Amino acid sequence: MIAYILRRIGSIFVIMFFASIIIFAITQFLPGDVAQLVLGQFATEEAIANLREEFGLNNPFYVQYLDWAVNFIKGDWGNSLVNRMPIFPMVMSRLRNSAMLAVVVLMIYVPLGILLGVLAALKRDKLPDQMITTVSMVFVALPVFVSSLLLIPFFCHYLGWLPANSSIHPDSTFGEALPYLILPAIAVALNSIGYVARMTRAGTIDVLRTDYVRAAYLKGLPRWQVLFRHVLRNALLPTVTIVAMDAGMMIGGMLVAEVVFGYPGLGRLLLYAMQNQDLPLIQACSMVAVTMLCLANLVADLLYGFLNPRIRVK
Amino acid sequence: MAICVQNNQEYIHSKLFNIWRGIRRNTLTVIGFFIVIIFLLTALVGPLFVPYHYAEQNIAKRLQPPSAEHIFGTDEFGRDVFSRVVVGSRNVCVVAGSGAALAVFIGLILGLVSGYWGGLLDDLLMRLMEVMMAIPGLLLAMLVLFSLGSSFFSVILVVGFMYIPVVTRVVRSVVLDIKTRAFVEAAKLRGESIPYILLREILPNVLPHLAVEGSMRFVYAIFMVASLGFLGLGVQPPAPDWGFMVSEARPFFSVAPWVLFFPAASIAILVVGVSFVSDGLRRMLLPGGVSSDRY
Repeated sequence: MIAYILRRIGSIFVIMFFASIIIFAITQFLPGDVAQLVLGQFATEEAIANLREEFGLNNPFYVQYLDWAVNFIKGDWGNSLVNRMPIFPMVMSRLRNSAMLAVVVLMIYVPLGILLGVLAALKRDKLPDQMITTVSMVFVALPVFVSSLLLIPFFCHYLGWLPANSSIHPDSTFGEALPYLILPAIAVALNSIGYVARMTRAGTIDVLRTDYVRAAYLKGLPRWQVLFRHVLRNALLPTVTIVAMDAGMMIGGMLVAEVVFGYPGLGRLLLYAMQNQDLPLIQACSMVAVTMLCLANLVADLLYGFLNPRIRVK
Repeated sequence: MAICVQNNQEYIHSKLFNIWRGIRRNTLTVIGFFIVIIFLLTALVGPLFVPYHYAEQNIAKRLQPPSAEHIFGTDEFGRDVFSRVVVGSRNVCVVAGSGAALAVFIGLILGLVSGYWGGLLDDLLMRLMEVMMAIPGLLLAMLVLFSLGSSFFSVILVVGFMYIPVVTRVVRSVVLDIKTRAFVEAAKLRGESIPYILLREILPNVLPHLAVEGSMRFVYAIFMVASLGFLGLGVQPPAPDWGFMVSEARPFFSVAPWVLFFPAASIAILVVGVSFVSDGLRRMLLPGGVSSDRY
């Protein structure tokens, strides 16, 4: 087990190393002259030369990358170009807010997706199954901003239950933020519910067909006991992987939802940084998002290995 | 990763139920098919028949509700929403369609090569794909568009490249399965060339998967193009982009909801229509297969 864990952690580090090179290369090198970008097109030659010196832009690529990567690991992320504030605390506070949103999203879509998936599998090809499959197909690729715009008029203007704007104070506690998190979380979760339901349905149908489930029925166990003790235990195992595979989509969805609802999370900070050409901030936000996605995959791998002993030996 | 779940045992139902189920299942595909046809026709010939130019401003007539003159109303600059939605359909279809086609084409080649030869090349390609997939799709697209600048072509390139890993993995997994079959062995023993084996023996078996995958990529490409547009990173104004039209219209939602409604509804209907077609294709071409691919 320890060897398995170490192997997974090692591969995550390798992946993150290369992903960081890609991010650094895209942001630092594609836009042409970073100094020009920062100072604007009316900057004097001298100011640009000074800034190039200050940023170390005259160094070769690998020196610039190593400087940046080492500082990133040390937590020395520099200052924002726009407001000259240190980036690290700013990003961390936004990361906390995004994590709160992510928790609510997961709490909505994982149980609901599993429930609908199992229900569809049990009522296979009957009306509930067809309804669940169709509705999940509708929402699975509906852009988050479109579904938000369906939700806002209904929940905020018609029912008046939830606030349409989530631009709360960035330091709010989870309890304070919760009412503002529900609607954005539903909008993001809608993309994933159908996906989880679909995969759970397929997994459950497979397990329902196995001999051991038949044996459990034949030895006279009640339906619910077969379902919980024999079917779900095995059918839900892949769901861990499914949720992890969906993490990239979820991060993208959260980014859009944060912009739609004005929620002070990492995604809104990233968009703000892009609009202001704040390069160090863009790089920091992107690396944090990549780190989160890699961590999600790592946790899923470990959890899967923990739940399924067969995988460890491979 | 593609997990394929085989349904090798069909439940036995009455004949009537099977017919009813067949109609019911295919209704959605048929509906989706008509939606897609209507949107493609609109994209193809619609811009020729629009009543106004998409960028024609008329401040005196801003935020007018739908009427006979402007059937979808007008936006905050007095531009005709109907004309903008129609011309916008061309942008969405061309950008998302070309992006998906690019991903399918390159993904097919990489998947064939990687799956057939295996070895170091396969290892390297798969690691590279893993790295690409470690960056959230929308984030990667935003970073590249931020750096390259948004244009028609950069959005196509970004969407295309983003989906290459998924297509490559699907094609590769099919090739790995097919290349061990007897008919491929037979072709090798006959002394057929590698291009012949790839194109005549393996490719036909990859095509159904590729068609399903391609339709899925089209769905997600529309999703991505609309999301990028909403964030202001899509096709640049004044060219009409559905996503950007929605974000532009949000401040005026309470006074002029129609400006937001029509582009948003168009995105929703198109995405749902293509999803239905994609699902129908999957059921027709790959019975029993459930793909777990995402993005």
